[in-house]
Formats: sequence, structure tokens, C-alpha cells
Amino acid sequence: MPLFLAQWWDLRDLGNAAGAFLEWLGDWGPDWLPYTVSAIVGCLAIVLFLVPSQFVFAWAERRLIGRIQSRLGPNRVGPFGLLQTVADTIKLLTKEAITTRNADRWVFWLAPVVVLVPSVVVFAVLPFGEGMIVADLNVGVLFLAAVGSVNAIVVFMAGWSSNNKFALLGAMREVAMLISYEIPQVLALLGVVIFTNTMSLGGIVRWQDHYNTWLLFLQPLAVVVYLIAGSVEINRTPTDIAEAESEIVAGYHTEYSGIKFGFFYAGEYFGGFAIAAIVATLYLGGWSLWGLEEWVPGWIIFLAKLYAVFWLFMWMRGTLPRLRIDQLMGFAWKFLLPLTLINIFVVGLEVLLWQENDLAAGVVLPAFAVTNLVLAVVLTVAWARLLGHARPGLRPRRARLMQELGAIVYGQES
Amino acid sequence: MTDVGTVVAFWMLAVITVGAALMVVAVRNLVHAVLFLVLSFIGVAGLYITLSADFVAIAQILIYVGAISVLIIFALLLTPRASRDNAETFLQGPALVLAAVFGLTVGAVALVTDWDVAGRGPFSETAAAIGEALLDKYVLPFEIASVLLLAAMVGAIVLVRED
Repeated sequence: MPLFLAQWWDLRDLGNAAGAFLEWLGDWGPDWLPYTVSAIVGCLAIVLFLVPSQFVFAWAERRLIGRIQSRLGPNRVGPFGLLQTVADTIKLLTKEAITTRNADRWVFWLAPVVVLVPSVVVFAVLPFGEGMIVADLNVGVLFLAAVGSVNAIVVFMAGWSSNNKFALLGAMREVAMLISYEIPQVLALLGVVIFTNTMSLGGIVRWQDHYNTWLLFLQPLAVVVYLIAGSVEINRTPTDIAEAESEIVAGYHTEYSGIKFGFFYAGEYFGGFAIAAIVATLYLGGWSLWGLEEWVPGWIIFLAKLYAVFWLFMWMRGTLPRLRIDQLMGFAWKFLLPLTLINIFVVGLEVLLWQENDLAAGVVLPAFAVTNLVLAVVLTVAWARLLGHARPGLRPRRARLMQELGAIVYGQES
Repeated sequence: MTDVGTVVAFWMLAVITVGAALMVVAVRNLVHAVLFLVLSFIGVAGLYITLSADFVAIAQILIYVGAISVLIIFALLLTPRASRDNAETFLQGPALVLAAVFGLTVGAVALVTDWDVAGRGPFSETAAAIGEALLDKYVLPFEIASVLLLAAMVGAIVLVRED
């Protein structure tokens, strides 16, 4: 990045201004002051980006899904219904936050607060621009997986403490889903790590910038797997069995009302932004865009990519019907897991071939991209046909665990 | 452990870890005990970070908070009579004795051992070094552990299979 001037007034990377300010602070104050201030500034920046985005997208999503489903969507409060979210927030704030009599008081109160933590913390390791990263961890990719896995505990806290059968069923469904989809999700991330040879997210973006490519092209299968697994993690509609309205009221947050429900609602959006940001960073090149980042600030490019991926989630929500729990669980174990394992094997082979023979990246990477795309299509079709044509005797007779978790397996109700 | 931040972080994390661990034993409700156990695990992960072992810290969260405690929760909710209370048990006396002996041993070893003080700074990157060690020097234990886990997985599938 030769053109980055590293001057505080260079707004193409807000990290410059923050860095200059911290340097000045370090000269002037004690040693620990820059660290503390940078942590506070980083947290504020993340929240200042998340909350307005949530306000806008809560409205945009309802309008978009309205259009997709031939409805109007909110259009009464303000121009185009723009103030709908504000009205909803005021409503949530003024409504009574009921704690049911038999709820476990402490855990019931704690869950809506903790639910925001994992999705906000994810942004600490994501680069908004070349220097705009709160903490460029050496183990960034692993950090994403670890933080995602904490969600299971939070959902369980909410569901169990409500002392309500629908809440508990929803929580157990969500926990079962999360631990199943965590495996293909992490395996999808591993392909990226093998290619870039680093787990630092800043390093992964720099790798994509250096080779002038996106990992989307090198890892087409992994992107799809990650998007599906991510959509399960934030339980949005095609995969929202944890809060399936027609089956278990609202799942783990059935008993929550008022602002406590508002926290879960915001948490869902924050989680969605987090997954979209991870996809934008790992697979879509983060703040880099083939030289355009010299002219347009990197953080604007990053946010544009993030919102584009989130728009994909909204599209999925508007068009796809909800999957059944046993279908979703089987999909993770029988379809995504084998495919991601094969993907990792192939990536390992390719990187070995590339580095052992010292081939030129300009020749090798396009070849890998074509190979992987063909492989992704062939594998998906072949595996689907294989599963679809399995003899009836090979298919499980009934989804036992699924039924115990509260699913109705159609045709086998007895 | 000279700079202020590390010392403050160490004592805060130590209080969280030990306090939460004590609460695991003290609270009556088993689900609360699991949640305190999670807090204790997070405290331990923080302690690893103060030791600049970032990979181990993240692995601690991923494995213990994300997986082991979820396993404990499943075990709790799927066992009858559980999740009601941390009942009285006739093993209280022996357990206390065992805990005291264990504590004494660990404390004595910690005091007696002539600890090496690390002269070098923090590691620049631990993940690559751990990976290299696992697949090079310690490949045999690593493979044995893999086979053991595979056997456990096959065993679990055989146990729940119905025919």
C-alpha cells in the first residue's frame, strides 16, 4: 500500500488518525493510557457502527421482504416508513419487561445482556481498513470460532431460566444446531487458513490484496458452507428452528418482553452483521478492492461488502421456507461435513503443489480457482444424488434424537 | 510481571477464576453450577493470555466453554432427578480430605520447585509452533489420541444404534 500516507488527516484509513492521537497520548501520559484509550475508542467505534446499522436494516429488511412477498411493509411512520424502527424502539423501551414468577431471576436477567457480547466482540478482530483493527490477533480465525461457540451457552441460559417448555425446547434445538454446524463452519474457515498460511485476519486481507484475488474464487464451496452455517448460527428464517413461530411460539425468548426482548432482537441483527463481516473479510477481500482502496476509504469498501452479504441473508429470509429440524441436522452431518473435509484435502494438495514446485502465483491461482469451482459443482451434485439415491434400508428409520428434541417427524408421528 | 496492567489483570482473573470455582461447589442449583464453571473457564483463558499463550487461551474458550460445558448441560438435562439440586452426599468427608491433600501437594510443589524465570519476551506466534511440534516431535502421542477419539466416536454410534 504505497499510497497510504499514514498522516492523521488521511481519512482513507481512520486508523491513521487514531494512531496519531494515541502516539501523542503516549508521549504525554503514562504507559497504560494509550492501551486503555484505544480499547475504549475501539469499543465505541464498534457500537457506533452497529447500532445505527441495526436501526436502518430493521427497516430495510421489512421493506425488502415486503416487496419480495408482494406486501407493502412498514410505510406509515415517516417517509417510506423510515421512522418505524424509532417507533418500535420507543415501544420496546416503554413496555413492561415481565419476569415470570417461576423464572430463574438471575439467569433470566443476565441472558439478554450477555447475548450481545459474542457478536460485538467478533468485530474486535475484524479489519475495517488496513490500520483500522482493534486487535489483530495471531489466532484471529480461531477466535471467531471460539466466540461463535459461546452463543450456545447464552441461548441455553435464556431458554432454561424462562421455565417454559417452549423456551427450553427452543434452546435445546438451538444448542444442538450450533454444535452440529460449528464443525462444517470451522472446517470451511480452515481452507482459508491453509491458503493464506496465517490466522490473523489482517494478514488474510493483505494476502488477498497481494495476490489481487478474493478467496471467494479459490474457495467457492467453503463460502457456501460458511454462509449456510452462519445463517444457522444467527438463526434467520430458512434455519430458524430455534424460534420457529408455528412450532414453538418464539423459542428461547418466548418469555421475554419489553427491552429484554429488544436485546435479543438487536442481538440477532448484530450476529447477522458479524457473520456478514466475517464473510466479507475472509472471502471477499475485506477493505481491498483491486486498487480502488487508493481512492475510496477502505472502511467504506468493507462496509459495502458487509451490507451486500447481509442483503443476501435478507433475500434468503424472504424467499426460502423454514427447514425441518431433522433435515437441517442431517444436512450438517451428511452433506456439509464430508464436502468440507474433501475441500480441505484438495486445498492442502494444491498448496503443497504450489509451494513444493515454486510455481508462479499468476498461473497457479487461476488454475486453482477453475479446478475448485468445477470440483464444488461436481461434488455438490454428486453427493446430493448419492444421498438421494440411497436405498431405503440405508436411510435412518426415524430421527430419534430429533423427536426427543421436540420435532415432529412427518409420517412417523406415532 | 513487572508492568501494572499484567499484575492487575492477573489478580482480577485469579479472583474470578477461584471465586467462580468455589461457587460451583457452593451453589445448590446444578445449572447455576455449570454457569459458574463457564465463568471459571473464561477466567483461566484470561490467565493464559497474561502468559502470552494466545492459542491455548482461545482453545480453552472453544473447547471448554463452547463444547465441554454444553456437554455437561446436555448430561444434566437428560438425566432424571438432576438439575434439581446439588444434593447432600455421603462422599462429602472423603472429598474434602482428597481436596485438602491435593491442594497441599500442589501448593508444596509450587513452593519447593526452583522455577525457571523466562528470559525471552512473549512468543510472536504460538499456533504454528504448536502445529509443528504436534506433527513432528510429538506425532506418536498425537496419533494415539486421534485413534482413541475415533474409537470413542465409533463406540458412541454403536451404542445408540437400534436394530
